Amino acid sequence: MNTDYVLMKGNEAIAEGALRAGCRFYAGYPITPQSEILEYMSLNMGKRGGTFIQGENEISSMSMIWGAAAAGARCMSSSSGPGYDLKQEGISYLSSYNLPAVIVYAMRYGLGDGEITAGQDSYWEAVRGGGHGDSRQIVLAPASVNECASLTYEAFDIAEKYRNVVIILSDGAVSQMIEKCNLPEPKEHDIDEFDWVISGKPLGTKKNKVTNLDRTIGYEASDKYVLDKYKTMFENEQRWEEFETDDAELVLVAYGISSRVCKTAVRQARKNGIKLGLLRPVTVWPFPRKAFEKMPESVKGYVTVEMSLSTQMGEDVLLAVKHSKPLYSYLTTYHIPTADGIVDYCNSVIAGDVEPREVI
Amino acid sequence: MADIIMAGFGGQGILTAGKILIHVAAGEGKNVSWTSSYGAEMRGGTASCSVVISDEEIGSPYPAKLDVLLAMNEPSFDKFIGDVRDGGYVIVNTSLMSKREYPKNVQVYGVDATDKANNIGNNRAANLVMLGAMMKVTGMVSVDKFGEGLQDYFDLKGHNTSTNIECYSAGAEDVKAL
Repeated sequence: MNTDYVLMKGNEAIAEGALRAGCRFYAGYPITPQSEILEYMSLNMGKRGGTFIQGENEISSMSMIWGAAAAGARCMSSSSGPGYDLKQEGISYLSSYNLPAVIVYAMRYGLGDGEITAGQDSYWEAVRGGGHGDSRQIVLAPASVNECASLTYEAFDIAEKYRNVVIILSDGAVSQMIEKCNLPEPKEHDIDEFDWVISGKPLGTKKNKVTNLDRTIGYEASDKYVLDKYKTMFENEQRWEEFETDDAELVLVAYGISSRVCKTAVRQARKNGIKLGLLRPVTVWPFPRKAFEKMPESVKGYVTVEMSLSTQMGEDVLLAVKHSKPLYSYLTTYHIPTADGIVDYCNSVIAGDVEPREVI
Repeated sequence: MADIIMAGFGGQGILTAGKILIHVAAGEGKNVSWTSSYGAEMRGGTASCSVVISDEEIGSPYPAKLDVLLAMNEPSFDKFIGDVRDGGYVIVNTSLMSKREYPKNVQVYGVDATDKANNIGNNRAANLVMLGAMMKVTGMVSVDKFGEGLQDYFDLKGHNTSTNIECYSAGAEDVKAL
């Protein structure tokens, strides 16, 4: 029996996972449904010898992250909805300097203020929205409290490996739920580990600089560096989980809270002889295209299950399968999908009562 | 193994009751999940938490059909009674229920949780009276074993009092079929 667990919320697991990875600087601003991350950090960061700052707003917090990242610290910020919009400027700057940092996005639903409850309609913003300019961020989508801890813990290594921003894409449900969590081993990070960090240097020695678009190596070399980096990230970092896909006729594609309900739906459907499977992207960028390439011949179509108004991840599925299979989307907006609802929708798809989707 | 909703007014300790339940069930080696309703509706309205206890990996932490409903006031009962499976358990706080008919497709039990807790002198522990009733009725965990787990929960929190277990035991003793 597993006795090494703790019972904690997804948000707390994200914060503890970061602290155990050696994150010693956090700056952010409260917003539901991720405020427990700040609460946890404010309570525990000092005990680990780090610095917690509740900035006067999201923009200033991101500027602090920018400074901490340039100095070589493992650093993190977090937000949701309208707060995350304000983080994007900072993400663009971090990207322009090739600085590693971890940013958490706990999605709430809706436009503007929207709802404070769970949603998945900020997928595009998280996956495509690195602020202005051309940039890519690796986006990890935990579906359990355990993954909240383990993926955040790992995110810092990935960020440093590529000198890139990594996003933890959670939602109001995964962030707020309590489950058993096995926490990773605590470790310390050496702030001077990398030769690119800005640190004090004696007079007469060459000092590191971070400059916009990092043109220190020349325009062409800099562009090549960035493009090569994105290609390498795309090649190397695709991750996913498959469930009952071997002989599936219809494959559900879902991440975060929806993917959990999908698993229940697959079990339920299979009891009645309906061959559903689930493909759960763990990275939503890079989207796990390799998983689609190796799907069995039996697959007749894909069904995304998303808490959004229009099909967002569905577009990535169409790109992944190059339009070779029909796409359907079961969209539940601010309602958590139900297993019954998913199975009913799939039955309608099988019966030919649902039109495949292109966009919207 | 069990899909549960616990509901009541904000302030009745519903979320804590759920946390005690998952603390004990997790200690028994079960997989558990706890989710709470949150948002503007909590102020003065119904607060609730969903708990799933299972030997399997837990899919949705939001059960659509309930094996157990623990309702600490009448609005909570009205809100969730329709979600209880046929033959499921419903435990109500009869201190805050009007005289009424209960549906026949479910097993309804009641205990005067608020009055009991007040009489024992711990007016915040009506939730523990309800938990006692729930364990007695469902047999999910034996009454004694759950009592130990409950003590352990408060000891870990650092604010256990003797009236906690008294309230819990009163619930187990006084629960009646309705």
